[in-house]
Amino acid sequence: MNTVLEARNLSKAFGGIQAVDDFSFDLRRGEFLALIGPNGAGKTTCFNMLNGYLKPDRGSVRLQGKELVGIRPRKIWRMGVGRTFQITETFLSMTVLENVQMALISYHRRCFDLFSRATRLYRDRAEQLLELVSMQEHASRACSELAYGDLKRLELAIALAHDPVLLLMDEPTAGMAPSERVALMALTAEIVARQQVSVVFTEHDMDVVFAHAHRILVLNRGELIAEGTGSEIRENPMVQEVYLGGGAVFEAENEAASA
Amino acid sequence: MGFYFAQLLTGLANASSLFLIASGLSIIFGVTRIVNFAHGSLYMVGAYLAYTLVSAMDLGAFGFWLGVLVAAAIVGLIGLLIEMTILRRIYHAPELFQLVATFGVLLIFQDATLAIWGAQDLLGPRAPGLDGALRIMGEPIPEYDLALIAIGPLVLLGIWLLFRKTRWGVLVRAATQDREMVAALGVNQAWLFSATFVLGAFLAGLGGALQIPRETVSLQMDLSVIGEAFVIVVIGGMGSVTGAYVAAVLISVLNAFAILIFPQVSIVLPFIVMAIVLTLRPHGLFGAAGSEHGAPTEPEQPLRLMGEKGMMILFAAMAVFALSPVIVGDFTTVLLVDVMVATLFAVSLHFMMGIGGMVSFGHAAYFGIGAYAAAMMVKQLGIGMLPTIFLAPAVAGAGALFFGWFCVRLSGVYLAMLTLAAAQILWGITFQWQQFTGGDDGIVGVWPAGWASSDKVYFYLAFVCCIGGIWFLRRAAHSPFGYTLRGIRDSRTRAEAIGVDSRFHQWMGFTLAGAVAGLAGTIFAFSKGSVFPDSLGIAQSIDGLIMVLLGGIHALAGPILGAGVFVMIEDWVTRLAYWRVIFGIIILVVVLLAPDGIAGGINRLFARIRAVRKGGTA
Ligand SMILES: Nc1ncnc2c1ncn2[C@@H]1O[C@H](COP(=O)(O)OP(=O)(O)O)[C@@H](O)[C@H]1O
Ligand SMILES: [Mg+2]
Repeated sequence: MNTVLEARNLSKAFGGIQAVDDFSFDLRRGEFLALIGPNGAGKTTCFNMLNGYLKPDRGSVRLQGKELVGIRPRKIWRMGVGRTFQITETFLSMTVLENVQMALISYHRRCFDLFSRATRLYRDRAEQLLELVSMQEHASRACSELAYGDLKRLELAIALAHDPVLLLMDEPTAGMAPSERVALMALTAEIVARQQVSVVFTEHDMDVVFAHAHRILVLNRGELIAEGTGSEIRENPMVQEVYLGGGAVFEAENEAASA
Repeated sequence: MGFYFAQLLTGLANASSLFLIASGLSIIFGVTRIVNFAHGSLYMVGAYLAYTLVSAMDLGAFGFWLGVLVAAAIVGLIGLLIEMTILRRIYHAPELFQLVATFGVLLIFQDATLAIWGAQDLLGPRAPGLDGALRIMGEPIPEYDLALIAIGPLVLLGIWLLFRKTRWGVLVRAATQDREMVAALGVNQAWLFSATFVLGAFLAGLGGALQIPRETVSLQMDLSVIGEAFVIVVIGGMGSVTGAYVAAVLISVLNAFAILIFPQVSIVLPFIVMAIVLTLRPHGLFGAAGSEHGAPTEPEQPLRLMGEKGMMILFAAMAVFALSPVIVGDFTTVLLVDVMVATLFAVSLHFMMGIGGMVSFGHAAYFGIGAYAAAMMVKQLGIGMLPTIFLAPAVAGAGALFFGWFCVRLSGVYLAMLTLAAAQILWGITFQWQQFTGGDDGIVGVWPAGWASSDKVYFYLAFVCCIGGIWFLRRAAHSPFGYTLRGIRDSRTRAEAIGVDSRFHQWMGFTLAGAVAGLAGTIFAFSKGSVFPDSLGIAQSIDGLIMVLLGGIHALAGPILGAGVFVMIEDWVTRLAYWRVIFGIIILVVVLLAPDGIAGGINRLFARIRAVRKGGTA
């Protein structure tokens, strides 16, 4: 009874392309689950179905027993699902701290407040969240001046603002230098462990995946072809075939992703 | 039966004229992403030039057509000149800047035309050989109309061939679909853009020139046609020439029949059709998604709360302002009320555009509703002044609530166009609905209550309302609601991802801005003692845009500075004969040389002073 998320028979087609095909998985509390697969495997589509951006053609998604299919993304967010984006989305005309404050303001349903000063609301909590991702010294900087890696960490702080039970991270380390990637995922893993958040993430960098994922799901052409721990996945012949054989190619993937 | 067929033919002839101007506008937008307000001016100049050329040459049928073509060619050259001197510098500016800059060009054209051809309307020569009428099914049809009906599709065919069969045309189409791609292909963009603008200008000139046998040539041609041309372009889909033709036929034919049932409808019909089309198809009939935005804007700096020092200066300034009626004469007091009304209007527009990211070309609608609601409450319902000051803005807010519901479904240029449509529909209603609004004669005798009738007392009443309104919106800008709107403007995706219903918040922001604009209109109505349809006309909307821009869109103080300076300049300049030229030039100077406006200029000045000081102490 420690299951947070149950996805059952998820399917989605775009025209003739079956982007996701009869995909099911469970997610336990505090689990760090990696969803991997070559480009176009259907990972982003899958995420979009989990948090309501896309309506699946078939299948169901249950968060702690409650059905999510058919519910709007913002309602799903309120039910405790956070998300970071493949390409960062932040409020560029605000400071780093204000970006986090906005998430808190929305969480506490204060968006229609016309008379308070937004910058004075939930400051302490926002600062805590920034500290969690080691961004406190950037708090008062304009978001538009941040380096890409810092934006990613900011997004993580924003995603944690409403104490999510589930965090969806689509390629959290895309566009970052390899050393930064490991650091960001180590940080994420640590936060997740401490706060008992469950995470599903997609990732191209296999070093990151093998270092942190508790369990790995491999998608290919929308179908689940393998599931298991890092070493199991490494050994799996099907996976090796998809990635054109062997660990060497996992490295090649890295190069491609960072290029 | 014959009568209806004749009506259809008239509609098709009108469609051809509209198509000529709209196609040029659409092509220019497609490639350069510029919404060219001066397109109506090119049309007007085409008509004037054709008038002069055809009259001067007096060479019969050959002379007429030659004159028309030469006029269009000259307009094309004028277009080249405008493109190279002005537009080329603003391709990367936000939509708003482009719109206002081309409005500046429009003003310059108005005075240049006035200086060259005079204020008198000119009755153009008929087209030799086509000056009779043909009887079709018993109804007389002007031969010239038949010629026009043929010309529209011929021009469409010409453009189609140009776009399909020439390399240049292929590039134009590619640029319309994806600008980055063309840049990547290594095409000489400057040349492509210039050529596109020349073609667009040529078509506008041709449209104007072909009108001379049908319409008196006058200085009003530019503004009267541009609204409708925008509508055609938007309905057809920005950048789509075929769309422009279909939309022109749709509007013109609908109009030809609708006026049979309801003669007053022609002013508002195009805008109603546009509102319906955009609600059903947010990118127009043939438009592509992603065509709604101009160049991306640079992110603005975070807001800062005012420091103690700033507060003190502000309070001192307020105190001086509050005392001014005691010092200055009544005439100046009245002017100061104008300044306050303009400022409140500009601040409300800035709230919507700067904070809310919804560029409005029709904000005067809510100013006008406020003014008319106040006038009608006082004159027709006998409500007192004080309740009116509360009720009239609420009516304006209700109007904004209604139109806003449609507008927030769109974004970028399409949203702007729909706000314009809303304003034009309301303008048409006030203009036509004689028994309630007085039509062109407006409503007069809207005076404040007896106790507030002296200029000084009214000044203080206006002071409380306007400064109160400005304070409220500033406060709102710093509030969670203001931040939410700015967040949606920055990234809708992010806003939705943190649980914000972006459309609903924008809708409420739109309504709030409308209600405050309505308050400005209410104060305005009582201060002038009358209201006229131009209080919700295009010019009033553009005035607001200029104020915001002049002051600097990226600063909360911008609209306040901008409105003050604007009213002062206007008060001084409109006493001169050729004030439009001066105004146009001021606008262009601001847009081209100081795009961050007065507030930006002041900021830079302070930054420099600070730098110098630092250098001195170090
Ligand atoms: N909105 C869409 N319209 C059409 N096809 C899409 C759309 N989104 C994704 N696809 C297709 O679905 C497949 C899966 O895409 P995606 O989920 O983005 O893969 P991944 O994230 O694993 O790289 C791809 O073939 C992609 O082209
Ligand atoms: Mg993806």
